[in-house]
Amino acid sequence: MTPTPAPGRRTPLARLRGPATFLALLAAALLLLPHLLEPFRLNLLTQYLCYSIVALGIALAWGRGGMLTLGHGVYFGLGAYAMAIHLTLAATAADPLTRGRLPQFMAWSGRTELPWFWQALTHPAAAVTAALLLPAALATLLGWSVFRQRVRGAYFALLNQALAAAFVILLIGQQHLTGGSNGLTDFPVFAGHSLYTPTAQTTLYTLTVLTLAATYLLLRHLTHSRYGRLLIAIRDGEDRVRYLGYDPTWAKTLAYALSATAAGAAGALFVPVMGIISPTLIGVVPSIMMVLAVAIGGRDSLAGAAAGALIMNTAQTTFSETFTGGWTYLQGALFVVVIALAPHGLAGLAHTARAALRRPRTPAPAQETATAGSTP
Amino acid sequence: MDALVNQLPTGLAIGAVLLLAALGLNFTFGQMGVINMAHGEFIMVGAYTAYVLHAWAGLDPTWSLIAALPLAFTLTGTLGWLLELGLIRHFYGRPLDTLLLTFGIGMILQQAARDTFGAPNVDVPAPGWLTDGTTLPGGIRLHHSRLFILALALVCVLAIAHYLHRTHQGRQMRAVIHNRDLAGVSGINTRKVDATTFFIGSGLAGVAGVALTLIGPTGPTLGANYIVDAFLVVVIGGLGRLRGTVLAAFALGILNATAQAWTDASLAKLLVFAAIIAFLQARPQGLFTVKTRALT
Amino acid sequence: MARTRPRTTPLAATALALALTATACAPAGTGTDDDTVTVGLLHSLSGTMAISEVTVHDAVQLAIDEINADGGVLGRQIEPIVEDGASDEATFAERAQKLLQSDGVATVFGGWTSASRKAMLPVFERNDGLLWYPVQYEGLEASPNIVYTGATTNQQIIPALDYLREEGHTSLYLVGSDYVFPRTANQIITAYAQAHDMDVIAQEYTPLGHTEYSTITDDIARTAPDAVFNTLNGDSNVSFFQQLRSAGVSAQDTPVLSVSVAEEEIEGIGADNITGHLTAWNYYQSTPTDTNTGFVEAFTDAYGEERVTSDPMQSAYNAVHLWRAAVEEAGSFEVADVRQALDGTTFEAPEGTITIDGATQHVVKTARIGQVNDQGLIDEIWSSPQPITPDPYLEGYDWAAALTG
Repeated sequence: MTPTPAPGRRTPLARLRGPATFLALLAAALLLLPHLLEPFRLNLLTQYLCYSIVALGIALAWGRGGMLTLGHGVYFGLGAYAMAIHLTLAATAADPLTRGRLPQFMAWSGRTELPWFWQALTHPAAAVTAALLLPAALATLLGWSVFRQRVRGAYFALLNQALAAAFVILLIGQQHLTGGSNGLTDFPVFAGHSLYTPTAQTTLYTLTVLTLAATYLLLRHLTHSRYGRLLIAIRDGEDRVRYLGYDPTWAKTLAYALSATAAGAAGALFVPVMGIISPTLIGVVPSIMMVLAVAIGGRDSLAGAAAGALIMNTAQTTFSETFTGGWTYLQGALFVVVIALAPHGLAGLAHTARAALRRPRTPAPAQETATAGSTP
Repeated sequence: MDALVNQLPTGLAIGAVLLLAALGLNFTFGQMGVINMAHGEFIMVGAYTAYVLHAWAGLDPTWSLIAALPLAFTLTGTLGWLLELGLIRHFYGRPLDTLLLTFGIGMILQQAARDTFGAPNVDVPAPGWLTDGTTLPGGIRLHHSRLFILALALVCVLAIAHYLHRTHQGRQMRAVIHNRDLAGVSGINTRKVDATTFFIGSGLAGVAGVALTLIGPTGPTLGANYIVDAFLVVVIGGLGRLRGTVLAAFALGILNATAQAWTDASLAKLLVFAAIIAFLQARPQGLFTVKTRALT
Repeated sequence: MARTRPRTTPLAATALALALTATACAPAGTGTDDDTVTVGLLHSLSGTMAISEVTVHDAVQLAIDEINADGGVLGRQIEPIVEDGASDEATFAERAQKLLQSDGVATVFGGWTSASRKAMLPVFERNDGLLWYPVQYEGLEASPNIVYTGATTNQQIIPALDYLREEGHTSLYLVGSDYVFPRTANQIITAYAQAHDMDVIAQEYTPLGHTEYSTITDDIARTAPDAVFNTLNGDSNVSFFQQLRSAGVSAQDTPVLSVSVAEEEIEGIGADNITGHLTAWNYYQSTPTDTNTGFVEAFTDAYGEERVTSDPMQSAYNAVHLWRAAVEEAGSFEVADVRQALDGTTFEAPEGTITIDGATQHVVKTARIGQVNDQGLIDEIWSSPQPITPDPYLEGYDWAAALTG
């Protein structure tokens, strides 16, 4: 357990506490954990942290912007596939037996040459760029076209869900381009470095932690800016914002695109960590799971959302390791209980608890929780 | 053109299935704005009702089908009513929370089915008179099970239309959709209307489930296969509009069947999704909209 | 800056700590002690694939119980560590890694879908583990870290085509789910058809879980092919056969030969919808060997009278016995030693005597065509003249040269 610092009465100390905790956490995660955990657990943790990055993005789009994105698997998938295609090419080139030939599944699907978008991803830098830009571009296109028409709320959620369903069908159907339902697997090298060494796993872990930290700082900065407040205003009364002379379309599109980019980055990191990407990892149900992680952690809080993804994935592993087969009940019940009883997730609970523990000198935060309860 | 005529019966048949699955949503989602992700699992419960009547109670296929329809309606209706009473009632105005909440419920129901009936599909034999088909002079094949589903869907639509427009309760329901507050101050018990709406909507899921045993597998994930499409039907039709739902279901069915004849089933599904997005560009509120002066 | 929002980083710290305690508290490597040897069982016990994989899991468990009752392997009792793949490839990879690295198991029995095998393959290669994979699949693989106890294409699809040709069925209609196995199978079928003067009338793919087959069944009724080659997967078969029947296509006029429909799927399809149609496997519950009588009896005793046995179950059951034979031959549980001993390892299996081919780590087995009877069981109506040597890359077939690229 991390000792909770004594409640700071004076403002400068209190102001420093947030960044200090953040730095301490970051340092502990980077310096300590790789030595404490066995490689398999470290690898698991890295995977979970990838989902934490997705959660940060969803917390921005949904928690702040009120856009329930039930299709984030698509953006995660775009990032992941961009990276996986590159890694497959690298693996083919690295193996003397297959050098200069097509990936095996393509040859078997009757293709004679590499498709253009595979060729474009030959260079590692191109793959990283594509993993970030493709999700951003698709999200901008979709966001702009539907937000302009004032499609929102439940409609937007369902459209996103349909997008996820369609994306999976496309990936499976275009087997000669994507590897079909088997997905892409087995990635031994990236940019000339073996991915199978313990050092590589630690490096990937460090990279993931740093990406998570950077995403957190960036989004935190955004949500505390004027733009962040505009986003909340749109969430709570889009038409009113319109009457005030703002155009919500671009503000929403930006949040949606940023959130998609975060998911793309997470996907690109996930692939070398996990060693596989396939359509079942990014379809309708995984997309809902990504959102549920944010709901559990607390949609109003970036840190809460990231912690939510970490906790939910850990719980999933623990549950299914201990109660093989029966953990679905627990998971379902957990969702129901958290959403019904703690709509602000664990972050909201922690906040309420802290406010109750503290002297009733500062009733303001508690009140804020109460008013926030009316948001959709 | 020739292909279109040939595919028309298939399109109508697919549309009828979509319509049955979506009719219940027309109530819970369309009229009350509640996204009930467990609706698919209610469909599954309906399908297992038919199975239980046949396999456990030992009815012959015809009787188990006929008995299952009202029984499934009552059973899933009651489930829906309980869900509304226990959980959803506290979440009005927060549709996105209800969505996630009911997803959790759906997971539990699905696992419960798996534990009760086993993971493999179960066999619900169709009555003999429904397993055959008739060939029309033009070489068009009519499947009797499809005709039955089409007829069932139409009967449901007529019954709903009658209920909404000709009965006192139905009028109250419409009043609540148009303006909840005004209906409330006019003396309508909106809570009670909500409960009834949810009962009927969920009950229709049960009816759909029974019908689906005729054309597809009966297993724990039966409902999940239809739920995405069913929601799209309601979205395209326009929330709360019965004729919109009917039109959208058949339009999607025919589009799907035509596209399938023209290319393969995977691409057909993609084309339909693309068409839906394009359509919502032109008519973001769906085919028909309820006119309301409320400020959102 | 932090004025308006509640500060939640301390919460994150707590959460992280919590999560990590949970992660770190799991048991460390157990491995093998003097009395027991641990093996991993890794199938989907939840999710969509649980339908099929639970049966395979049960068969592996049965084999382990039998061996333990018989004195174990090299005098040690087998202790299974059960993991749930949850119908999700990433989970398969993750659990495989746990079994090999944390639990230090001697070997793993697991997988069903090709996707799950492809996901586990790098994990096994990286950790030099040994996976026993029990299902017929699309071939084109021969990893030194996997033993394939199901059929590859030349032990199932090609014999099925031989049979259809012998019966004079020269025009084929291909229906498949849209994923790797059907697409690969259909390429092989098309190449075979070209080389043997047969006609492929149409090739239709539908998404996994698809239930609308009227378009296809009506097309089959209209084009009246000699036979339908069906590579549909799982649930879709139920809709397909129901709708085929109401399209008026009978098993007499147009038999459907399925390669993914075994005994346990027939119950869900409804025996009367599929009676008379054909299947291609290497084993049926009705296969007349003495070992099989014992196997079926042991299985129904253990899991209930109503349970049926099928080819993948039998292959999974064989895998455990083959592993035991190889371990005892090697006198060691080490993967490297066991691998050395694999070639020529035989087992008196329910499907007949089977032998491991060391070069490909596949199993030499007899192909069998069966016909579904009205009891929902499958009667064998044809079998390959002798056991077929596995050829996952179809190197021994000239007409397939263009396929391997």
